[in-house]
Amino acid sequence: MTLSNRSSSSRSRRDTRLVAAVATAALGSSAIFVLIVGFLLKESWPALSTIGPARFLFDPAWRPTEGLFGLAPMLSASLAASVGAVILATPLGVASAIFCRHYAPPPIGWIHRWSMALLSGVPSVVIGLWGLTAIVPLIGRFEPPGASLLAGILILTVMITPTIALMSGAALDSLPDAYGRGAVALGLSREATLAHVLLPAARGGVAAGILLAAARALGETMAIVMVSGNVVQAPLSLFDPVRMLTANIALEMAYATGSHRASLFVSGLMLTALVIALAAAAWRLSGDHCHG
Amino acid sequence: MSVSWFRGKDRCALASIGRICAVYIAFFSSSLGHAADNRLVLTGSSTVAPLAAEIGKRFEEQNPSIRVDVQSGGSSRGVADARSGLADLGMASRAPNADETDLQFFTIARDGVGIIVNTNNSVRSLTDEQIVAIYTGKIADWSKAGGAAGRITVVNKAEGRSTLELFLHYFKLKGGDVKAHVIIGENQQAIKTVAGNPGAIGYVSIGSAEYEAGHGAHIRLLPMSGVAASVENVRSGSFPLSRPLNLVSKGAPGAVARRFIDFARSRSVHDIVESQFFVPVAP
Repeated sequence: MTLSNRSSSSRSRRDTRLVAAVATAALGSSAIFVLIVGFLLKESWPALSTIGPARFLFDPAWRPTEGLFGLAPMLSASLAASVGAVILATPLGVASAIFCRHYAPPPIGWIHRWSMALLSGVPSVVIGLWGLTAIVPLIGRFEPPGASLLAGILILTVMITPTIALMSGAALDSLPDAYGRGAVALGLSREATLAHVLLPAARGGVAAGILLAAARALGETMAIVMVSGNVVQAPLSLFDPVRMLTANIALEMAYATGSHRASLFVSGLMLTALVIALAAAAWRLSGDHCHG
Repeated sequence: MSVSWFRGKDRCALASIGRICAVYIAFFSSSLGHAADNRLVLTGSSTVAPLAAEIGKRFEEQNPSIRVDVQSGGSSRGVADARSGLADLGMASRAPNADETDLQFFTIARDGVGIIVNTNNSVRSLTDEQIVAIYTGKIADWSKAGGAAGRITVVNKAEGRSTLELFLHYFKLKGGDVKAHVIIGENQQAIKTVAGNPGAIGYVSIGSAEYEAGHGAHIRLLPMSGVAASVENVRSGSFPLSRPLNLVSKGAPGAVARRFIDFARSRSVHDIVESQFFVPVAP
């Protein structure tokens, strides 16, 4: 106490400096986000004002050079692939987290946890190349062409399972020991403890993991371009080749001009809005309101 | 104790912010510096880019003060960047369009586009009419095109790629006529897609296809109008589906760009051009 009293004036001055520096850095990084959204709005404005938002949803086809701007098939493909991947990855990820913490012998749990962490860092282009040379031909053997919504869902599942596993694991780790001990004291089995005490208590973190994973799935581009076929059509079957919004931007942006280019920015704006909505939901669910 | 710890942290935070700023300044000044005399920026066609990169490496060896920076992104980008001045030279894997009189095109090599199928496909040749029928969806099974029964997977290029332009132009098709099952961007992706699917048909640069087929990829090049799809026939000009590879500049190129163009068209890079299965143009 005496120590801090003696130096309080110099400390508060340093404090002020540090606060200023940290605040500048923080504002700078959030300003980048605002600038990106502003840039998207500015670039897509010519399309939004002259073509109108409704036509992007209701035009029958995507032929921007001929004046048709329907994004609905690609929006539905993006949603279908992300929802499919989340449905597959959630049980896998949660099960992997439970296995790691409660069932695996420590060395195996350790190896598994590390492999999940490494898998989450594998570049998407590498996973995409693997999908193109392994998954797509495998599906193509049963239902040509192989490049399809299903291939996209499987590749996205590989990419987002680690996110769900790591977030669920962190949520389970952060629970107070008392929960587990209390359950044991009440004579609950390990399965009952997990199902009725630990998982319900960790559900906020698990749900946040799922939403972050969904956001990553929606935004994934490189791997999706390689495996999903990129034909603009509504996904009516798992074996249909489809083009996702991100793939559309990646395939056409380099060549687009005028209203074609502006309408690609509209699809970017649409994606950003979806991802922001998911991130906001994840933020509310996780309950921890400053994770930086 | 706590005071000195705090002071250390404080200094540390400020120092790291300073470092970050320095990195940013270095980054921005380097990206602004491309107009400088000792740096040559080339952007454009993904077909020309690997060739230009190799020629650039040799050019740098002979001119140590010059850096050649090659970025791929399609012929349209090459033309647009040359026009806007973003690049010193654009790269375009096509002949000039009628509305591009403001630009100068320098042919550094020729390339052919070849039709590829999987090696397990028994079809040995297709007529132009059959190819058009396959790409427009009128023939959907290989048994109707002289092969064993099996569904055809049509592999097409994404809009804007010059290979697509050349293909559509040659077969007199419009973009909307093609009924594709898979749409891809780069040549490599087309080769991998066809190699992994026994029923697939696609089209890519003959240079890349011949190279990959010679290195074990499961693809076969089909002849066109009786002419084998080979580098040799593109060289002689007898292969119908071929195109020039160009460097593009807006008006007369600058001094460094001029030297690079002369170098890229000279005999001293023939081995590079040939090693990439393109055809040199210099005598």
